Amino acid sequence: MDMPLPDQRILSGRDGLIARLRGVLPADSVIADPAETRAYECDALSAYRCAPLAVVLPRSTAEVSAVLRLCSQMGVKVVPRGAGTSLAGGSFPTADCVVLGVARMNGVIETDYDNRFIRVQTGRTNLAVTGAVEADGWFYAPDPSSQLACAIAGNIAMNSGGAHCLKYGVTTNNLLGVTIVLMTGEVVEIGGPWADAPGLDLLGVICGSEGQLGVVTEAYLRILPKPEGARPVLMGFSSNEVAGECVADIIRAGLLPVAIEFMDRPCIRACEDFAKAGYPDCEALLIVEVEGSPAEIDAQLALIKDIAMRHSPVAYRESGSEEESRKIWQGRKSAFGAMGNIADYMCLDGTIPVSELPYVLRRIAEMSAAVGLSVANVFHAGDGNMHPLILYNANKPGDLELCEALGADILKLCVEVGGCLTGEHGVGVEKRDLMTVQFNPADLEAQLRVKDVFDPAWLLNPAKVFPLDVTASRRAS
Amino acid sequence: MMGAFDAPLRPQTEAEVAEMVRSATGPLSLRGGGTRGVAYGVGQGLETAGLSGITLYEPGALTLVAGAGTPLAEVQAVLAAQRQRLAFEPPDLRAVLGRQGVSTLGGVVATNASGPRRVQAGAARDHLIGVRFVDGMGTVVKSGGRVMKNVTGLDLVKLMAGSHGTLGVITQVAFKLQAVPECAVSLQTDVPLGAGLALLRRALGSPFEVSGAAYGPFGVALRVEGMEASVRYRVAALKALLGGDWVESAGDALWLGVRGGHGLGEGALWRVSCKPTAAEGVVAALAGVTHQAVFDWGGGLIWIAVQGLADAGAGLIRGAVAGVGHATLLRGTGAAAFEPEAAGVAALSRALREKFDPKGILNAGIMG
Repeated sequence: MDMPLPDQRILSGRDGLIARLRGVLPADSVIADPAETRAYECDALSAYRCAPLAVVLPRSTAEVSAVLRLCSQMGVKVVPRGAGTSLAGGSFPTADCVVLGVARMNGVIETDYDNRFIRVQTGRTNLAVTGAVEADGWFYAPDPSSQLACAIAGNIAMNSGGAHCLKYGVTTNNLLGVTIVLMTGEVVEIGGPWADAPGLDLLGVICGSEGQLGVVTEAYLRILPKPEGARPVLMGFSSNEVAGECVADIIRAGLLPVAIEFMDRPCIRACEDFAKAGYPDCEALLIVEVEGSPAEIDAQLALIKDIAMRHSPVAYRESGSEEESRKIWQGRKSAFGAMGNIADYMCLDGTIPVSELPYVLRRIAEMSAAVGLSVANVFHAGDGNMHPLILYNANKPGDLELCEALGADILKLCVEVGGCLTGEHGVGVEKRDLMTVQFNPADLEAQLRVKDVFDPAWLLNPAKVFPLDVTASRRAS
Repeated sequence: MMGAFDAPLRPQTEAEVAEMVRSATGPLSLRGGGTRGVAYGVGQGLETAGLSGITLYEPGALTLVAGAGTPLAEVQAVLAAQRQRLAFEPPDLRAVLGRQGVSTLGGVVATNASGPRRVQAGAARDHLIGVRFVDGMGTVVKSGGRVMKNVTGLDLVKLMAGSHGTLGVITQVAFKLQAVPECAVSLQTDVPLGAGLALLRRALGSPFEVSGAAYGPFGVALRVEGMEASVRYRVAALKALLGGDWVESAGDALWLGVRGGHGLGEGALWRVSCKPTAAEGVVAALAGVTHQAVFDWGGGLIWIAVQGLADAGAGLIRGAVAGVGHATLLRGTGAAAFEPEAAGVAALSRALREKFDPKGILNAGIMG
């Protein structure tokens, strides 16, 4: 992966920059010691590493504003960072940048059940948002797998989803307003605890903008009353195709499960070895979860069972207790850990039309065999958001490149069947160079124009999202 | 005086739209069927009704792609045949705005038109998964696609929703769909405004998945949808939670009225979007002025008809919603249709319009 050459003028002015940062922030908010900045050299896309020039950890919107104003004046690039859990390299630093981490801004500003929102500082973790309202019977719906660690700032930047977004939507559907600091230091309030934008839907374009437009420091999030209960059912099938057809039938029948998760044989095996969840030995496995009162759950599961039985499942296991529910989810939730246990892996995130599921799974198996790298599939089947995990050996020369090439081919396949490169992880640096597969020059130009408006000097989160050759003239000027 | 739409341009293809915009020598006034626009620009009319037709409908994937000029009614009929629907139930504003014509999907998107189910299912913008449009230079742009989860690149889909034709001419839209549930039951009770709005908030704060929460001349109205057994259970649970006497009814007639502004009568018509707890105060600001109000979204949306004020009530209403929401003038004169925005937001919006429409010809000036 190419990154632009660091700006020598900035590198040589390092000491002056750090002194000026210390002029606008408390001493403990500026990290410049190379031993300490190394902790920020990568996010969860750990194959790529580069320590930044400095790291700042502001405690307020005013401090974020002061940092951005200073960096803007000095022409220094800024890489915003939530909790650093991006799988796409969304907060991957450059050698000539300041990493701006919002981790210390993790407070709850306001909780309002009457108007069904919570206002938080964006360094707060996803799970801690629910944690703040859970005791009163409420929750925040988007639930990325990394929710224990990931910050709302990153959720907003990547428009994160999760297993339960089939019913509740992704971040953009649960975001009411933001405080955003532009690169100039200007603080802008967008939206608020009401439903509509009065003019253009700026909130809609800010969510998912991957730190290209500004740094979101505070957010109004929609919260929901917790359902009375939830229960999963696990079903095994003799082929991916049959499992795929079962998913389509469940959706078609008008049922709205909160989650439909899909695992293929390689993934089932790895999870079983790792988590001992008692999964059946089969080609494909679905976990379907429904919500409501006990009676409502029974009624929905009866319909789901009817549908499943038409596809002759080789296993069908309804949870009858909290403990059984936990076991059903245990394997799925440990999927990434299980994979990490047997090999290095790269996690893809393309989305496809649900109807193309069987074809795409078959093609992935063929491509995987041709290259000689195993691919395990675990994904949100209800909305077609796939997560193929390509296994490789980081210590074997050439394996990472082989893995990346296979990953690119799989994502191209997703686009070819009518889907997209990324459903919930974001483009980051990882899929930056594939953007031209999905978008033509005019489509990309329209996106660049939005960036021009918010960050005319192109200093925020450099070399992400857009292919370098497409942005070269803007970055140079 | 010659109106913009006396002899409108009627492109039949996206390429024709692009050519018409490229060769335009003056401003263009854009519309779909002209049934719901808050305002239309000056200049040569351009209607997208010719860009009609469903290009993809996959019930198993809950996805529909169609030309922007496709009549909403046609789409609704095709979906109904498969027991599916647009979950955000776009309102029909023709009666309340005194308009004729055929509502189009493009118009629904351009105005982000969303009905009572928004409290549960979200707005038009939340169901829009892809869009194609022609920008002010005549360039065709696409964003999003036909899949339900897509974070690839900047989300211009959301930006186009509710942009009222000021960023581009929408030519094609893609929606995710919802299955029509087996059963819908509405509950009504007659209590005073303050108590009624409090009931709506309590219902929406319950786990019983209320899909409609309105207050008006019909009293308090709540709606519960889903599988029959589930609806029966939740209706009983809501009654127990809220207390009082409730009348049950099936069918959608009540909600058709709610989403169409419930036929509010004479005067200037406002659409107020606000923090639900602020709703009562907004209307209280009109004490002594002849007005009628209908509340939707648990108080988060208020339709207000105001009579007898030279500024259409803008001073009172916008004064009352300052900091807790905003108000749009849908019918009437004497005030700006769109709420003036704070300086920072206005500057960003203006700059975006200049980037997408540098000649300033697309519904120019209508949003401020």
